[in-house]
Amino acid sequence: MTTDIVYDIVESKEQPKRHTLAVLVDNEFGVLARVIGLFSGRGYNIESLTVAEVDEDKNLSRITIVTSGTEMTIEQIKRLLDRMVPVHKVHDLTVEGPHVERELALVKVVGTGKSRVEALRTAEIFRAKAVDSTPRSFVFEITGSSEKIDAFIALMRPLGLVENCRTGVAAVSRGKEGI
Amino acid sequence: MENQNITGAEIIVKSLINEDVDVVFGYPGGAVLPVYDALFKQNQLRHILVRHEQAATHAAEGYARSTGRVGVVLVTSGPGATNAITGLTDALMDSIPLVCITGQVPTHLIGSDAFQEADTTGLTRSCTKYNYLIKDVNDIGPTLHDAFHIARSGRPGPVVVDIPKNLMNQLADYVGKTPFSRSSYRPASEGYLPAVERAVELMMAAKRPVFYVGGGVINSGVEACKKLTSLVRLTGFPCTNTLMGLGAFPASDPQFLGMLGMHGSLEANMAMAECDVMINIGARFDDRVTGRLDGFSPKSKKIHVDIDPSSINKNVRVHVPIVGDAGVVVQQMIDLWKAKKAKPDKKAHAEWWKKIEGWRAKKSFSYKMSKTTIKPQYALERLNALTKDKETFVTTDVGQHQMWAAQFLHFDKPGRWMTSGGLGTMGYGMPSAMGVQIGNPSGLTVCVTGEASFMMNIQELSTLVQYRLPVKILILNNRYMGMVRQWQEMFHGCRYSESYMDSLPDFVKLAEAYGMKGLRCDKVADVDAAIKEMLKIKGPVILDMVVDQNENVYPMIPAGAAHNELVLGPEQKTVMKSKDLL
Repeated sequence: MTTDIVYDIVESKEQPKRHTLAVLVDNEFGVLARVIGLFSGRGYNIESLTVAEVDEDKNLSRITIVTSGTEMTIEQIKRLLDRMVPVHKVHDLTVEGPHVERELALVKVVGTGKSRVEALRTAEIFRAKAVDSTPRSFVFEITGSSEKIDAFIALMRPLGLVENCRTGVAAVSRGKEGI
Repeated sequence: MENQNITGAEIIVKSLINEDVDVVFGYPGGAVLPVYDALFKQNQLRHILVRHEQAATHAAEGYARSTGRVGVVLVTSGPGATNAITGLTDALMDSIPLVCITGQVPTHLIGSDAFQEADTTGLTRSCTKYNYLIKDVNDIGPTLHDAFHIARSGRPGPVVVDIPKNLMNQLADYVGKTPFSRSSYRPASEGYLPAVERAVELMMAAKRPVFYVGGGVINSGVEACKKLTSLVRLTGFPCTNTLMGLGAFPASDPQFLGMLGMHGSLEANMAMAECDVMINIGARFDDRVTGRLDGFSPKSKKIHVDIDPSSINKNVRVHVPIVGDAGVVVQQMIDLWKAKKAKPDKKAHAEWWKKIEGWRAKKSFSYKMSKTTIKPQYALERLNALTKDKETFVTTDVGQHQMWAAQFLHFDKPGRWMTSGGLGTMGYGMPSAMGVQIGNPSGLTVCVTGEASFMMNIQELSTLVQYRLPVKILILNNRYMGMVRQWQEMFHGCRYSESYMDSLPDFVKLAEAYGMKGLRCDKVADVDAAIKEMLKIKGPVILDMVVDQNENVYPMIPAGAAHNELVLGPEQKTVMKSKDLL
């Protein structure tokens, strides 16, 4: 009885699922800190996050967050986001229907000889562009789903991967309805 | 003052006056001197000088809860703002409307580690409903008006407005009260009618219903509490209140089951465990109420009315969630109940009440009276009896005395009971009583406290004397941190680590040192006389009541237990489980 005598710990048996949220917010000082503070303060996980201004006249920004949790946790996150003063809308793209997710990555690969050739060939297969090239290195630009980028980076690792930089997921619902 | 070409500080004062503010609780400092200068030059807005910024926030909370208005705090930058954080967090947890204006170093010095600089907006982001850092003097008026709207609407909460000093000195025009500017913030009001209908249908068919009423109804207003009372009386259902909801439904009504929760009454907790329809209005299924979640009233259908959608389905799955203002939804329910000509199952209800009376008969709050030591429960019973005929406001600190006050003091009206529920802040009681007395000058304000809690904001005795606030402070002095000692006794094998209150001051001499009256009572036979004298003295009084050191608060739901697995006092000598009592 005395494992945690002040509070009761309930272990959840449900498996956490990955959800992509699109949040439309006022583009104001501190709004990103507020959203991140919500996640960190309540122990929710941020797998990826992108933010940028989307409407200059109405001063709106869009934050796309990939998070994971049980069904009740995701419901909580959405409602906590929605009740924030600068938040206009919260959409759970994972639940609301088919959507498109894309990420961009810049991958630096260093090598010569066979591995350099192989790297170039792999990049062609993945439709990645070389945006920088020196006699001993390439920087590839690749866009696609997160899984595609994971696969590309995994293939580059034995070929001399030195550095990679990813943007995080941008996502939009399919069809004609806008946010 | 004219409205054209005035300083930012004057705009602040005008905005507050336009928001119907009549009192500000604060403490001066370098960054807010311009505002204090503007305050000095007028006499519409009253300022109460506290002795610590934390007390300013608690005083504003007490004022807000007892009057239904927004509490206003004015503190300086740096340490002023950080001292206010405890009170802001307390207001956030208990949903109290507060606007806290903090000074800030001049805009060109922000971020340079200037004197008395702190990242106020960063620090208060998670402990307020919303916060602002003003960067343009023309924003001061509109921002303050927005802040008041946010503080008092929807689920009330604290809002911080951080204003750099140079903006307070700049000149600008004040355009008057501006309408609320954010389209993204739309709090709910009416409940979704089909959901309310479903709720009423469940209520009509219920055989063992219970109302579970929380602080949300009190936040909704005095009218909302009256409507709730009519609904409970109309349906004839039993009603229990949370710690924050005491007073929403009259305690003297026979349909009242007492407070529920970790230290609530047996009948309230058992009714919640055995009900088939639970109607939650304005409460949030706090862990002090639910006990172990998988054992919380598993057989009942739950209706939840709350203005904050994130409180619904947060830790307890409910069957009929209704997002809306408690007062509005209760009226919808009354209208539907009458329109559907509801005929509840009288036989089932009579049986249900019989069961409830059986639990009531166990008298779960009873204690063993003593002729030699004063029992704290007895002191509070006598206080309740001797203040019945007056307009009494009670504030408490945190701990055993708080639980006994909730058990033994009976509140028939809302806004008479001020306590720190969600955050449980020791040191809340006396500053809160200051705010209550200022908001209700003709009321009798009693602060029930423990000697440990009382010493946390003891410096405010000076404020009581300065403003001639006739607050009656009843210290239940058991020379221990009572609740900590109780847990150490029950769960840590009586290892009383750091819970003994050593080197206590002589409270009578302390009161006199501050210029107020002090009384002491340590004999059972003197309790009535001491309380009567405390109430009779015009002006602030401390009554140091020396009480039994070994009393524990019962009943108790230990952590990890379900809410029907109460431990009753040594009078009953058993751990009750629901199957024993059905």
